[in-house]
Amino acid sequence: MNDAHTPLYESHLQLGARMTPFAGWAMPLHYGSQLAEHHQVRRAAGMFDVSHMTVIDVAGEGAREFLRRVFANDVAKATPGKAVYGVLLNDAGGIIDDLIVYGRAAGQPGGYRLVTNAATRRRVVEWLGQSAANHAVSIRERPDLAIIACQGPHALRLFTAATAVDVSGLRPFGALEHDAWLVARTGYTGEDGVEAILPGEQAADLWRRLHAAGVAPTGLAARDTLRLEAGLNLCGQDMDETTTPLESNLAWSVAWAPADRAFIGRESLARQRSAKPAQRLCGIVLEGKGVLRHGNRVITDHGTGAITSGTFSPTLGYSIGLARVPRGAQGRCTVELRGKSTAARPALIVKPPFVRHGRRVYQ
Amino acid sequence: MNEAPIELRYATSHEWARLEDGVVTVGITDFAQEALGDVVYVEQPEVGQQAQAGEEIGVVESVKAAVDVYAPVSGVVVEVNDDLDDAPELVNHEPYGDGWFYRLRPDDPEAVDDLLDADAYLEHCEQESGD
Repeated sequence: MNDAHTPLYESHLQLGARMTPFAGWAMPLHYGSQLAEHHQVRRAAGMFDVSHMTVIDVAGEGAREFLRRVFANDVAKATPGKAVYGVLLNDAGGIIDDLIVYGRAAGQPGGYRLVTNAATRRRVVEWLGQSAANHAVSIRERPDLAIIACQGPHALRLFTAATAVDVSGLRPFGALEHDAWLVARTGYTGEDGVEAILPGEQAADLWRRLHAAGVAPTGLAARDTLRLEAGLNLCGQDMDETTTPLESNLAWSVAWAPADRAFIGRESLARQRSAKPAQRLCGIVLEGKGVLRHGNRVITDHGTGAITSGTFSPTLGYSIGLARVPRGAQGRCTVELRGKSTAARPALIVKPPFVRHGRRVYQ
Repeated sequence: MNEAPIELRYATSHEWARLEDGVVTVGITDFAQEALGDVVYVEQPEVGQQAQAGEEIGVVESVKAAVDVYAPVSGVVVEVNDDLDDAPELVNHEPYGDGWFYRLRPDDPEAVDDLLDADAYLEHCEQESGD
């Protein structure tokens, strides 16, 4: 195994984690039971090592203009102390990656910090580099930094108690910088919480402090069930360069105003918007036994689609998924479990999210 | 870690079998439940169903994956473990005890002896993990 290690690798081993290769990294899958970890995040607080994600600092006098060009949401919203979610598009409007852009205070270091996915690292770095021609920007990867997400109804309180950083006053998508730490009220679980970006050599200490404060180590397996309950897409699985944000339940993350902002992919996306996309990403709820899985066929009254992500929802006690289906499809449908027409089961098309703050929210 | 009680017999598809009073109890092994992770559903055969050795007879689903359950020997299903409907986690907690799947009356009770013993099964697991 040549998988890279995060600064928390030893911490995971000490906790008895089952490690798994993920996008070239050795990451904790779970520390015993992914279900118990899932519930812990919904009911109290859990922490995730997400240091495998890519941190990129974009600075220089052309930084804002550059990001207004490559980021489909408007980076003008990422004022200092604010985080903005959005996507990078190719010229055809396909999704290269989704990311969070953090606005940093003017002066040193200033500029913006981007957190993008691990699996897309090479493509994103290359894309930003080639798109930066004619822009006065510096683009710098930060492999020296670690990221710990602390999530759950008790997360803000426990994080504040365990560190010298008071996050109780942060608004959702608010960020603060404290010494070399950037801490933001963001996450990927549908719960309240923070994500802390900090020097790698300080990560094990923060991990230990949070653990001592009662925050449960939580692996990638629970991270996936939590994000899916929250209706959050996984790049590379629910969307990729062949699908647009309009087809991925992310139309809200595209900033069309001002009309003269020529972001990459805008023309293609505008054409698709006026012609109406042929397909959309929706939620699926399975009534009865069985678990929806990636690739299962979804048969609707408007044609056939496919599950992009499926799992058992620990909070709801039955299976949920995301599916790309023909645009007009709604209401009842049929899903072929385990790729077998003999295992066709009735299911329901719903609007994600499925769970927010520990409760069922879909209609 | 990977346990395989010495009094049981095993299929390479990771079911265990115990012959008692002419009836074979079947479940999945510790190795199988560990690889699957948290089990959330078990789809059982019907009582009275004829099972063929080596053919799929049920499904076990974890959060992570779905795998078929095979009949280690041929016979007629005489009982299924209904407790798994409400408590599928028994498969994880007690794979050789309350987490059993079904019982069948074997066509040939001696067929159970043709399955792997504990040592041979553990060796088989090691080979699979090494792949």
